[in-house]
Amino acid sequence: MADFFIHHWGWWSWLSYLLAGFIQCNLLLLVPFIGAMFFVWVERKVSARIQDRLGPTRTGGKFGWLQLLADGLKLITKEDLMPGEADRLLFKLAPYVSFVFSYATLMALPFADGWVALRMNVGVFFVIAVLGLEVFGVILAGYASASKWSLFGAMREAAQVVSYEVPLGLCIVTPCLIAGSLDLITIAQKQQGWFTNWYIFHDPFTFIIFWVYFTCATASVNRAPFDLAEAESELVAGFHTEYSGFRWLAFYMAEYGSMFTVAGLGAILFFGGWNGPIPVTHLLGWAYTADESHWRTLGYIANLLGCMNFIGKCIFWVTVMIWVRWTLPRLRIDQVMKTCLKYCTPIAAAMFVGVAVWRYEFPGGLWVKQSAASAEVREGAFMDATKKEAGTINQPSAQKLIEKIASEEVQ
Amino acid sequence: MNWHTIYFLLFSLAACGFALAVVFSSNIVRMAFYLVLSLGATAGLFFLAGADFIGAMQLLIYVGGTLVLLVFGVMLTAQSPFISMKTHSGDWILAAIVGGSLFAVLVQAAFSISQWQAGSSSNDPAIVAAPTTTTVGEGLLGLRVDALSKASTLQQTGVLSGYLLPFEIVSVHLLVVLIGAAYLARAKRRKLVQMAET
Repeated sequence: MADFFIHHWGWWSWLSYLLAGFIQCNLLLLVPFIGAMFFVWVERKVSARIQDRLGPTRTGGKFGWLQLLADGLKLITKEDLMPGEADRLLFKLAPYVSFVFSYATLMALPFADGWVALRMNVGVFFVIAVLGLEVFGVILAGYASASKWSLFGAMREAAQVVSYEVPLGLCIVTPCLIAGSLDLITIAQKQQGWFTNWYIFHDPFTFIIFWVYFTCATASVNRAPFDLAEAESELVAGFHTEYSGFRWLAFYMAEYGSMFTVAGLGAILFFGGWNGPIPVTHLLGWAYTADESHWRTLGYIANLLGCMNFIGKCIFWVTVMIWVRWTLPRLRIDQVMKTCLKYCTPIAAAMFVGVAVWRYEFPGGLWVKQSAASAEVREGAFMDATKKEAGTINQPSAQKLIEKIASEEVQ
Repeated sequence: MNWHTIYFLLFSLAACGFALAVVFSSNIVRMAFYLVLSLGATAGLFFLAGADFIGAMQLLIYVGGTLVLLVFGVMLTAQSPFISMKTHSGDWILAAIVGGSLFAVLVQAAFSISQWQAGSSSNDPAIVAAPTTTTVGEGLLGLRVDALSKASTLQQTGVLSGYLLPFEIVSVHLLVVLIGAAYLARAKRRKLVQMAET
């Protein structure tokens, strides 16, 4: 964006960089903030429809959008309470720790081709690492409250999140195995084309493993049916029993931020990221290239559509989580642990081995035969690109590195 | 002074400052919190140096794993709600000797590397885009990445001299330890239940 300002509008470079940085940072922050508001509203509406709750169906405005304002006002005007025995510093900091770690993952989450705050070679790894840190805020909150409810809630939640990281990691590794990369952008680019290229349709194992991923992701962001740690009426609200008002809101925002992140990660790993089910933009030849020094309008529009695709997928999966929350009964803690250790982990491990074997036997995935039969239907720029990529996948990267260094030496 | 230097100073100040806070605090959970910030700032330094894999590893293992375990341990073994540690003067002297000697060795090592001395550094702001996972994998396979000056290194060293075999042995060893730990924990609990019943 800064290059665009410099080259097309002739601005000073410092002003362009400042403005571009400002706009992009704000966009990145606004997505989860507005997302959280929107998701809270969706949650209220869905819960009202599913469970016949009267309140949210009768709040004013078109579709009850005033519910958002009512919730916000209620939370902000609540008294800021703190137990007398609490560790004051940690009690105050804990919501922000949770919040910061939840939102830091968005840094590595690409919203469209090349539209990422920090393109990292190990994007997937970074996202799980930072998502796993969120549990620290929970432990701090539970511990600093000096309340037994909070401590037990924090222990339960920490145990749950830490144990669900094992199957979650196994599920996340599988698409990386197929793509041969830990870079989120590369993984999504490999799924370009029709929706049959998405990794969920790559082979039967990935289809199963996505549902394991979804279960584990739901559990690791403490959503029902695994939200025992913060069960409302049964267990006096777990680790944030002592929190009120804005600090409680920060925990809630962190939860919705994490929901968005895991939904986005699922969309990138299994549902093609920003690639729509039909590659309209690629058929029209509007491919976006991030390394160009100036923006091409068509590429920009294509990426904007991709961004909408991605956010749409995120919203869809978050809505599914909400739907699951208001449909299924809550699990007991032993059932939660059993689901993780006895079902999710072995299934994920077996599917991981299965995907490895499948990738070795059929590198093109499930649809390799069909795509050869209907090649003329799918002709377009993107097929050439994928073919080219498929040719270079098998080349050992060590050799590439050596070639690169050798060429540099020649220069 | 470019942004790289500014961020380096910021992260290193945070790392050192919170490390000092760990030392001078007496509440264990606060210590753990400061340690999180210090180790997180160290991860930031790794990211700044272009070693994003090591940085993410630092976040995952030290900040995410070790510290959560530490806080767990503290919470499980605590007798009173907030534990504070009292340090004896003997501990101070011992810690000062160990820490001081380690610091001296590190400072000497840092100043002995010629590329790191002032003036000789290439003012390349960032190598963040360098693919570090690839290099790590190649290192495991036996490609000496630091000595990749000649294209024929792979042929010279061969695949067998890599760290892949030790790595795999360590992985299997860890798996055995995990299974063993799970088995031991399970057996113990059964005995306790039987004892409780009788």
